This record gives sequence, C-alpha cells and structure tokens, in this order.
Amino acid sequence: MKRMKVLLVDDEEEFVHTLAERLQLRGIDALGVTKGEEALESLEADPPEVVVLDVLMPGIGGLEVLRRIKGRHPEIQVILLTGRGSEKDGMEGMRLGAFDYLMKPLNIEELIKKMREALGQDR
Amino acid sequence: MVDSIKQWLRLLPRELRDFSDYGEVPERYKRLRRNMMILGLLGSLVPLSLMAIVNYHQYQRALKGEVLQPLRASVSRTKHSFDLFLTERRSAVSFIASAYSYRELSDEKELARIFQVMRREFGGFVDLGLIDSSGIQVSYVGPYELKGKNYADQAWFQEVKIRGSYISDVFMGYRGLPHFVIAVEHQGGTGESWFLRATIDTDKFNNLIAAVASDPATDAFVVNHLGILQTPSKFYGRVLDVCPFRLPPVSHEPNVLEVMDHAGREVLLGYIYSDSMDFILLVVRPRGEILKAWYTLKSELFVLFVVSVVAIILVLVKLTDLLVKRIQEADEKREAAHREVQYTSKLASIGRLAAGVAHEINNPMAIINEKAGLIKDLIECREGFPDRDRFISLTDSILHSVDRVRGITHRLLGFARRMDVKFEMLSLNDLLKEVLSFLEREAFLRRIDVRLQLAEDLPKISSDWGQLQQVFLNILNNAFEAVEDGGKVVVTTWVPNPETVAASIRDNGKGMSQETMRHIFEPFFTTKVGYGTGLGLSITYGIVKKLGGDIQVESREGEGTTFTVVLPLEARGGAEG
Repeated sequence: MKRMKVLLVDDEEEFVHTLAERLQLRGIDALGVTKGEEALESLEADPPEVVVLDVLMPGIGGLEVLRRIKGRHPEIQVILLTGRGSEKDGMEGMRLGAFDYLMKPLNIEELIKKMREALGQDR
Repeated sequence: MVDSIKQWLRLLPRELRDFSDYGEVPERYKRLRRNMMILGLLGSLVPLSLMAIVNYHQYQRALKGEVLQPLRASVSRTKHSFDLFLTERRSAVSFIASAYSYRELSDEKELARIFQVMRREFGGFVDLGLIDSSGIQVSYVGPYELKGKNYADQAWFQEVKIRGSYISDVFMGYRGLPHFVIAVEHQGGTGESWFLRATIDTDKFNNLIAAVASDPATDAFVVNHLGILQTPSKFYGRVLDVCPFRLPPVSHEPNVLEVMDHAGREVLLGYIYSDSMDFILLVVRPRGEILKAWYTLKSELFVLFVVSVVAIILVLVKLTDLLVKRIQEADEKREAAHREVQYTSKLASIGRLAAGVAHEINNPMAIINEKAGLIKDLIECREGFPDRDRFISLTDSILHSVDRVRGITHRLLGFARRMDVKFEMLSLNDLLKEVLSFLEREAFLRRIDVRLQLAEDLPKISSDWGQLQQVFLNILNNAFEAVEDGGKVVVTTWVPNPETVAASIRDNGKGMSQETMRHIFEPFFTTKVGYGTGLGLSITYGIVKKLGGDIQVESREGEGTTFTVVLPLEARGGAEG
C-alpha cells in the first residue's frame, strides 16, 4: 500500500514535529510546519493527501489557510484541530470544506483513523 | 380583601405559593393603593354627588312647582272672591249713602225699606244705621235698640272720618254670631257729612272659603294682622281665637311655605295678604299628602345614590387591589430578572475565563501527550531496550493522566459553551450523569454515597442542556452541602405522566425548617452565613419555570430534603416565570 502523505500545520513546534515523527513511525509520510504561509508554500511544492490544521495560529489563521487550500486544491482533505471548546470553529471549518475536526490533546490512533476515513481507506 | 386572599393562600402547600407573597406588603405599595383609592373615590364620588344634588334640586323644583301651583291658584282665586265680596258690600253701603238724602235716611220707615231691599239683593246684612257728624245714631234698623247711641269716641268712627270708609274686624255680635261692620262717610252738598253703618254676618264669606277647603285634609281661613281668626278653621280654632301660626312675611302674591303646625304636622301654608283690607287668607294642607310623589322619588334617588356609592367603592377596592398587586408582581419580576441577568452575565464571564484557561492548558498538554507518545513508540520499536516494560507502563501512566486533564478541560469548555441558550433533544439521564461527574471528586473525598435510580425508558425531552445543567448542579451542590461526610444522595428519574418527566434529588442531610422552606426560592435568601449569594435556588426556580417546568421541595429537619423537578417533554418556551 502506498504511504499516506500528510502535512501537519501547528504553531507549536514541539507538538508538530513530535507528532510528525510518531506518524512516520507508523509508516505515514508526515511533514510538520509551524506557519500558515509555510504550509501553503509546501503545499505548492509537494501536495499532500491530507492536511492536519490547527485553527488558532498567529499570522494566517487555520480557517484562512483552509479556505486557500480548498480554493486551489479541493481534492486535498483537511482535518482541523481545535483547542477551543466551542464547536463553532469546527462547524465553520466543515462548512468551508474540512473533513472533520478533532480536539487537542490528540489520540494518535484516532487521528490516523480519521485520516484514513478522509481518504476513503477506513476499511 | 388582601387578608382573605392570604387566608386562601395559606391553604396551598407552602412551596406552591408565589414567593412574591411572602411577608408583608411593602409600605410603598400600601401608599400607592391608598393614593389610588383616594383619587378614584374623589374622581367618581364628587361628580356623582354633584349630579345627585343637581338632580335632587331639579326634581324638587319641578315636582313641587307642579303640586304647589294649584294651591297658589286656589289661594289667589279665593282671595279675589273674598275681596270682591267685601268690595261689593262696601259699594252697596256707599251707594245707599250717595243715592239717598240725609232726610230720607233719617226716616226710620224709609231706612227699613232700604234695608229690606239690601238684604234681599246682597244678603248677610244684619242691621243698618245713620250716624250724624257728631257721632249720634240718628236712625237704626236692626235687632238692637241703638238709636241715639253716641259713637264719637270710638276708634272706628275716627277712622271712617279720616279715610271715608271702614271695615271692622270680626266680633261676636247678635246671638253670639260673628259679625263685622262696614261704615262709609257721605259728604253732603252743604259741607256737612254723615255716616252710614251696616253690620254683616260672616256666614257668607265662610261659605266662600269653605269652597277652597272642600277636601277634609285641607283647611282655609282668614286672620287679621294680629293673627286673630276671622273665620272658623277646621283644625286651628274658632272665630276670634288666636291663630297658632306665626304670621308669614307680607306678600300680595300667593305664596307657599313649608312649616310645622302646633300639633307638629308638616304642612304647606298657602297665603296671601289682601291689598286693600286688613286680612290674610291662609290655606293649610298636610305636606305628606301633596308631596307623596316627591318623597317617593326622593327616597328612590337616595337608595340609587347609596347603591351607586357602594358599588363604586367595591369596584374601586377590587380594582385598586388588583392593580397594585399586578404592579408589585411586575416590579418583583423585573427585579428578579435583573438579578438573574446579573448572575448570568457573571456566570458567563466565569465560563469565558474557564474556557481561556482550559485552552491554554490544552496546548502544553498536547505537547506532553505527543512527547510521551513518541517515547512510548520508540521504546516499543526496540526489542532490547532495558527495562522496556517499566518504561512503557510509565509512559502509559503519563498518557492516562493527559487523558484525564483532557476530560477536565473539555468539560470546562463544554460548560462555557453551554452558556448559550438553545433547545435540543436531550436525555435527562445523560444530563444528570454529566452533572454528577463534576461532583465525583467531592463525592469520593467526602465518601458521599451517590446513588442513581434512573428510569430506563425515560423519553428524551426538548430543553436547554446548559440551563438544566445549571439547575441540577445547583440542587446537587445544595444536597452535597446539606449532608455530612459519608451521607447519601439519591438521584431518581421517572415518568409521572405522558407529557412530563421528573427528577428528584433526595439527601439525608440536615433538612430545613418550615420557615427556611418558605423562603427557599426567594432571591437573596441564604442560610450560608458569609458566603452564599442567595441567588442559586431563585435562579434555579426561574430557569425551571422558564423551561415550562415546576420545582418543589419537601424537607424535614434532621431527616433530609427532596427537590423534585418536573419538566415537560416540549419546553413551552417563554412561559411566565
């Protein structure tokens, strides 16, 4: 089976790189970036299948990044990470085309399951 | 009235009574009620009284005019007949004095013949005599032997000399019958004068007057200026008696007075003064007879007035009461709403703060989670890692703790989220379980035995999760505060009827007194000296009412308290609190 290609976007460097490493250990091609701009650049250079995107980020916010991704690459699946309790951001994200949203701290197995669902590989 | 309402309220279970009715009515509402009452009474009774007075007088004038007019008319008519009678007699005497010479009249045979004619034509004449200028009776026809009598010193003689004619008062004359005298002076051609004097009995004018007093209750008579009766009266004496009425004020027009007679009867006194002669005609009728219609009307008017006044007062009292009660209720509702808004906004601020803190904690927690996860992943990959199992169990423990923190922060965030009001289909059982999870720690530490007796088949209800959470959190907090460490709290749900679900929270704590129970839902009432706001249960009450439900409390001091919340399947949004 082809390795899944994932882009992780979160302003917490420690979080995003650790998560990337853990995903790689599980045979997923994961890349972590900490800024929205960076994510968009990386996306152009090497488009992933799934983007895991934090909603609250300095600079370009998660929802804006989502809007741009969906503008150019509607085929890329996006899973949002929300820290806030309000489901408002999550709902807004889904309206903009996100596949689903998860809350931090993450359960890694749950994340992988969601990504597979997003790519239609859930079984 | 207020007291009677309170009496009725006392029959209701205490907790069902509107909490606004607790205690005395504040002074300002009493004042308001009093002012409204006074204004209302003034505004209605003054015009009513004015109208009654005006009506009274108008009716009085109209009715009295109607009944008094005939009396006046008959007084006037009788006076005219009476005047006419006297004038006629005087004219007759005057005519004879002019038509015959002194010589003819001094002849007694001639005088007797003239007297016969007079009696036939006019009637009532008793005697006739000629008196010369010195006052000596020259000739006389009549029952007395008066020829030669000297009248020079008598008052009437002097008067007739001055005035030319004279009509006397009535006196008792021949055979004890009342008579009066007419005398006239005749100036002879030679400058000599002589006098003709006639006596007339009063039978004739008694008849005239009797015609007025034809009905048995009416009396009519004539008096002179001294109040001496000149004609007999039915009720007030015989001729020459003193009339018991005080003489009325002089009036040459017929006039009617309402007076009381000597026997205490209220009578109408019609009277008129003669223009030319010294007499007053009086007609007396009992008042009651004549003014019966008026008195009936008057009493009807009075009864109507009293009934109206009573009705107005009753309506006013009732209305004022109702109005003041409504105002008071509105005031209280507004105050309660104001407090609730304050409390809710405070709660919302706390919610936002909690959400912020939870969010801040989540980020480092996520890092811990990933780092520990990576450590675990790495160890799991390496078969030969020393103490591999121990490390794995340590990282598992870290991950488990992170999960617990996540549970806490998510709950906090959820609490904040649910500050927004919204209706959704929810399971009361789930809600109670979630609320209890907030209190798990305290229950554990204080060894409180929390038992759930939840109905399996409890239908879902449409209501507000956040608000209900607050309701049960409040009630459960109270229950936890009421019980000793190691106490018992039982949460039960059931379906009392197809339209509602119910939940009760029973504790075996210290319970409360009747007095406390009476005030339990009142805003700012608290038994928690020093730290309670006294708002918790009033807000709880407000929310339950708002959601269309009902809340009741039963308690016994020393035995425990049970709160029962009944909720409709469909929240009747906007129900009055």
